[in-house]
Amino acid sequence: MEHTVICRNVSKIYRQDAVSVQALTDINLEIPRLDFVCLSGPSGSGKSTLLNLIGGLDKPTSGEITVDGARVDLLDKGALAKLRLHRLGFVFQSYNLIPVLTARENVEFVMQLQGVRAVERSEKARDILKEVGLDGLEDRRPGELSGGQQQRVAVARAIVSQPSLVLADEPTANLDSKTAENLMQLLRHMNREHGVTFIFSTHDRLVMDFSRRLITLHDGRIVDDRKRE
Amino acid sequence: MRLADLPLLTTLAWRNLWRHTRRTAVMVFALALGVWSMVTLASLVRGSMEQQITKEILNLTGHAQIHARAYPDDPAVAHRFRPAPALDQALRQSPIGAWSARVRVPAVVSSERESAGVMLVGIDPAGERGLSFIPQAVTAGRYLDSPDDPGLLLGRKLAEQLETALGRRVVLMSQDAGDQIADRGFRVVGIFDADPQAMETGYVFIGRGIAQRMLKIGAEVSEIAVMTPDRKRPQAAVAGLRAAAGDLDVAPWTEVQPLLVLTEKINNVVLLIWFAVVFAAMAFGLVNTLLMAVFERTREFGLFQALGMPPRYILGQVLIESLMLLVVGLVLGNAAAWATVASLKGGIDLSAFAEGLEMVGVSPVIYPALAGSDMAAANIIVMTLGVLASLYPAWRASRYVPVEAITRV
Ligand SMILES: Nc1ncnc2c1ncn2[C@@H]1O[C@H](COP(=O)(O)OP(=O)(O)O)[C@@H](O)[C@H]1O
Ligand SMILES: [Mg+2]
Repeated sequence: MEHTVICRNVSKIYRQDAVSVQALTDINLEIPRLDFVCLSGPSGSGKSTLLNLIGGLDKPTSGEITVDGARVDLLDKGALAKLRLHRLGFVFQSYNLIPVLTARENVEFVMQLQGVRAVERSEKARDILKEVGLDGLEDRRPGELSGGQQQRVAVARAIVSQPSLVLADEPTANLDSKTAENLMQLLRHMNREHGVTFIFSTHDRLVMDFSRRLITLHDGRIVDDRKRE
Repeated sequence: MRLADLPLLTTLAWRNLWRHTRRTAVMVFALALGVWSMVTLASLVRGSMEQQITKEILNLTGHAQIHARAYPDDPAVAHRFRPAPALDQALRQSPIGAWSARVRVPAVVSSERESAGVMLVGIDPAGERGLSFIPQAVTAGRYLDSPDDPGLLLGRKLAEQLETALGRRVVLMSQDAGDQIADRGFRVVGIFDADPQAMETGYVFIGRGIAQRMLKIGAEVSEIAVMTPDRKRPQAAVAGLRAAAGDLDVAPWTEVQPLLVLTEKINNVVLLIWFAVVFAAMAFGLVNTLLMAVFERTREFGLFQALGMPPRYILGQVLIESLMLLVVGLVLGNAAAWATVASLKGGIDLSAFAEGLEMVGVSPVIYPALAGSDMAAANIIVMTLGVLASLYPAWRASRYVPVEAITRV
């Protein structure tokens, strides 16, 4: 498959009572496999909306979205759940983890829903937690981890079952710059070592600098799209 | 839902309950209290009912009675019978337990000062053992020792009314087989106590042989009372007796005492209403607790969906949570009810309110009886309806649109 994500004339209008907000206008986008893409733009420019549409968490008002060969704008709820479970990983800005589960259990959670055997599950969880630098913290619950550690668990969970695409909406927004940088290094490492396509959003220049492709949104339109390096 | 995912959902449900220990404890306590009240009240009502029925049965009713057809409407000496050999045979076979034949006709008993209308009951003193209250009821003097014992047993209250006493003489007067007045003097050899008091004033007991001679009815009798192994199922015994009884009327106690059956039915309805009221209160609390738990976890349910958990799993998780509350509540409630009933084994003395109770036939000391069927009913009602009521919060939880749930910071 040539492209992991294809957007064709995607628009999104939020309607609330009498008010309607044009969050995205006519987005056209192709993201090749293994790319490491940053969506940038000021707050309210439509970054989250676009990521949510790609992740099948919401439906576009018009246009087509293809993810890993599947038309997510056409899929029903059940099929979307399956797609997310098997082919997508998510990292949100905060509240990424299930509070009542330990770091290890959070990582195993998705694999368990996928039906991965227990032995394989715990092996993979142990390895990935070590890889994200949480060796020894596996049995802590989210409340007992720092913000940066929590985000690392989220990354571990997103990556552990080899998805095609990881969507990360402002994953560093609640982190200090040093921690943010470490997390971005981790994401890039995952992108290279695990062969996973990444799309992340930020309005932090330091974070943008990690991307190989920088797409800038403004008022719901792509105003700039450039390769870096 | 895959069975293999059940442990995951169970873990989530269990740990979420521990997240709000106090709320969970309050809910479990409320459920336990409700079930406790259901089972305990049922055992009190059941116990009281059981006593009432047992008493009625011992008060000359038995589990079944055999009469001449016309006797129940007109208990006169004319409506008597002699048990045919077939019936005699049937009475000696299982499932019949104790049985005894009686002469039972209206009479007047007179002392030197007063007289009163009573039922004259001619008994075989040995046959009444295990069949009626009278062998145990004599509290002064002695019981009769044979059907030909010339003595008479008088109720304590009636003795007072007649202004007579143990050892004094009274005269019984009735109608004999030839429609003539029959009378005979008796010595009061025993005074009996009975409950209700109407039994003390309404009945006098003499030997059956004496009664038969006095009434000139040979070996004929008015009724045969019968005990079966199980008062709840007299049908088989009754059917067997009916087949052997020819033209006679064989009636189970439920027909002899229709009021008792009605009382039992009313008690069932009262219990059911109580169950419904308690359950409604519990369901209200349960649904509210679950809704609260669901609302504060909006983001979590959104996350579940974003991660690809199917909505029915979320529904399942909330239902399991509810199921856990219910099971723990039920176990505690049943245990508490069982302990309560066990500690009241000696009976609850309600004699402070005894007068009112006695009027409606309830004895002042209630011995609670834990009926398996009531316990099962309470548990099944709470369990099934509890799970049904939880469907709504569970369904709400499974319906969140993920994007809204997650992006709402
Ligand atoms: N659920 C929603 N309902 C209504 N308007 C929304 C909703 N989500 C986002 N918007 C609006 O859509 C626009 C884009 O928002 P968003 O995608 O969150 O931007 P960003 O993530 O770049 O800050 C904003 O104007 C925002 O107010
Ligand atoms: Mg955003």
